[in-house]
Order: sequence, then structure tokens, then C-alpha cells
Amino acid sequence: MEIPEIVGAGLIVIGAGLGIGRIGGSAMEAIARQPEATNKIQTAMLIAAALIEGIGFAALFAK
Amino acid sequence: MQIKKLPFLLAAFMFVAPFLSFASDSIAEPAHINGQSEEVAKDEKKAKINAYIKHHLKDTHDFHLFSNERTGKHYGFPLPVILWDDGLHFFMSSAFDHGHKLAESKGNYYKLHHGKIYRTEADGELTYDHSEAKHSEHGGETSVKSHIEEVSGGHAEENKDHGHPTNIVPLDFSITKNVFNIFFIGLLVFLIFSSVARGYKKGLAPKKAAKFFEPLVLFVRDEIAIPNIGEKHYRKYMGFLLTAFFFIWMVNLFGLTPLGVNVTNNIAVTGALALMTFFITQFTSKKDYWLHIFWMPGVPYPMRILLAPIELLGVFIKPFALMIRLYANITAGHIVLMSLISLMFIFDNIGAKGAFYGLTIFLSIIELLVAFLQAYIFTMLSALYFGMAVEEHDAH
Repeated sequence: MEIPEIVGAGLIVIGAGLGIGRIGGSAMEAIARQPEATNKIQTAMLIAAALIEGIGFAALFAK
Repeated sequence: MQIKKLPFLLAAFMFVAPFLSFASDSIAEPAHINGQSEEVAKDEKKAKINAYIKHHLKDTHDFHLFSNERTGKHYGFPLPVILWDDGLHFFMSSAFDHGHKLAESKGNYYKLHHGKIYRTEADGELTYDHSEAKHSEHGGETSVKSHIEEVSGGHAEENKDHGHPTNIVPLDFSITKNVFNIFFIGLLVFLIFSSVARGYKKGLAPKKAAKFFEPLVLFVRDEIAIPNIGEKHYRKYMGFLLTAFFFIWMVNLFGLTPLGVNVTNNIAVTGALALMTFFITQFTSKKDYWLHIFWMPGVPYPMRILLAPIELLGVFIKPFALMIRLYANITAGHIVLMSLISLMFIFDNIGAKGAFYGLTIFLSIIELLVAFLQAYIFTMLSALYFGMAVEEHDAH
């Protein structure tokens, strides 16, 4: 049986969502523990999220 | 008081803006043809929405604001077409009449087909690389599709059953919608910042527009350039970082207006931006940068041989990811936004329509944030790569 492309797209979105969610959650915790480091944490969080997002998009568009 | 009203009006405009271009277009009213069942009408509506979204994401030879479906008239304004085909051809895109007419220039005839210009004979016939047999196979399907193309002004998606035209494609240097917008934004950024810079000659306190742009420039310097590149080298990169940041940001913001100019969802544009980052990284790099690529210090010798090709590949993957990220983010944002607006026309229930209206406004605001965030991330990652290029390692 052939698996439709849309299933793969869904899997990618789930994976990317889980990844970015984890990054966001961890960043929240870190900011709560050390509010004075908010700027640094936010920057690192955005870079990591952007990298995951980039892979997610690349996979979505490459189908 | 007069001035205070302006932000309010702008905000109100932003709320209605996404619907202006859409509501007036052909989807608002389903073309009702006698003797057609509701099912077919629904399918047609869906296909039409699909075609509309695809058309929205494309670069075109004119600014298309809205169409009147009943009279088949299109409203907008044309842009110049510049072709190189054994000599220079120059004419306005209104000569095509949205793909319905042939444009004649210096004895050659040109036809606009799905946003691309082809040279034809005087009769305007295009030849396709697919056989006619395939055409008749999907007879029923194509008739619906061709009808949709008819109503949406011949702009519908590339019909796969037709194959690709084999006609000669002249070199196209036209001022298309995207090119026009790039010129416009470039000029705007230049005018804004030259006036801001002039203001500082009279004193260090920011004046007028500088009050808005000074914090942003400082943000790029203090949050992006200095932490990633370092105090010593950051100055020579500030020009590119600031230009990239403000260009991408403004272009993204303009993409959210009803004119539908999506410069950053053209992969060639983001590719060019990423290429600039790539070249600047390579040409300003120091000895340590290449040492880390070909002979990584601090790891065992067999590992160094293994790491070299991976690191070398990374040099090219970095700008490639930069290109894909910006392109895909903006494209995906636009597709989601357009789909949500389309859903309003699919549902007949007034409650659902209202819900999607709210959701569209919410998503438009998110898109405003994304427009800024993508400019920030592009600049940030560029700065990170520049930082790698100029890093000096005394520790090893």
C-alpha cells in the first residue's frame, strides 16, 4: 500500500513541533531560574528553534 | 489630534487589509452555471481557491488588484516588460491584456502563458511537448480546469495535462512585481537612512524618524553583531548586517499588504541574500577559520581526516539553510494565511465565517511578528558565521 505524501508531512510537523516545544519549555524554565540571563537564553532558544524549523521546512518542501 | 488619528487608521487598515484583495476576487461568488450540480460547484470552488493561492505566491508581470468576474475585467496597473531576443524589446505588460492578447514588438510576437513569456508566430499558437492523446484521457477533468482558468484570467496553475510549451523563451529582464518592489524598498531604505544620518550632523540627540530607527540600529549592533562577532571586528560587518536586516524586514512587511508582493518567498531573492553572506564569510575569513575546517585542532589525527569533508560541506550547507529558512517561512506563512481566508468562503455557516475572520486577524498579527523574527534570525545567523570567520584561537 502506498503511503500518501501528506502523512510524511504530518510526521515532519509533529517532529518539528515536539522539538521546538521542548526548546521553548526548557528556555522558560531556564528564564524562571535565572531571569537575569533572559537575553542570552532567548537568543540561544531562537537559534536552536530556527535550525529545527529550517530542517522541517526543507523536508516539507522537498517532497 | 490629527496626528493621533493616523496610527488608529493604519491599525484599522491592517485589520481589513487581508480581505480587500481576496473578497473582491473571483472566489467570493461561485460562478453559477445552469445545470451544474452542487458537488461540481464545490469542487470548482476548491480548485479555484487552490489556483488563487498558487497565483498569489507567484511573481507576475503586472500589479493585479482585483477582477470583476461578471465582466471578466481585471484591475491593476501594468509594469514594463524588457526582453532580449536578438535585440532589445521593450513594451508595457498591458499589451498582453492578462494573457488574452499577443504582444507585438519589432516583428516578433510574444504570448504570456502562466506568467511566462513565449515567442510565437502571428497566430499565437503554443506547441506542447505532450501528445494530444493524454489530453483526451482526462477529458472531463480538463474541461472543468480550463473553465477555472478562464474565470481566473488564465493565471491558474500550470496544467500538467498540457505539458510544457516548446516555444522559444526569450531572456526576460522585465521589471516584474518582485523587481519593482525590490527597487522600491531599496529606495525607501536609502531615503530613510540618509535622512536619519543627516539628522545626526546637527547633534547627537535623535530627531524625527531617527527616534524610531536608533533603537533598532542599536539592537542590531548590541544584540546581534557584538555578541556574535566580537568587539574587535564587528564594525566592518555592520553595513551588511544593517542592510540585510532592514531590507528583509521591510520586504516582509510589504508582503502583508493587499498588493501581494512577496519578494522573500521567491527562492532566488533569498538565495542571493544567502550568497552575499557566503561570500563575505569566505573573503573575510582568517587563517584559523580554514584551519578549523581542514585540520581541526584538539581532536585525534584520524578524526581530523574524517572531519575535514564534513566541515567543508558545512561551509555550503550554512548559506543553503539560510536561503531555505527565509524562503520557506514566508511562503508557509502566506499559504496558511490565504488558506484561512479561503475557509471563510468555503463554510456557509455565519458562525464559522466569524471564527475564521478572528483567526485570520490573529494570524496576520503573528505574521507581523514573523516578518521581524525572520529578519532577526537571518541577520543573527549571518553574524554567527562572520564571527566564525574572524575568530582567533589563542588557546590551542
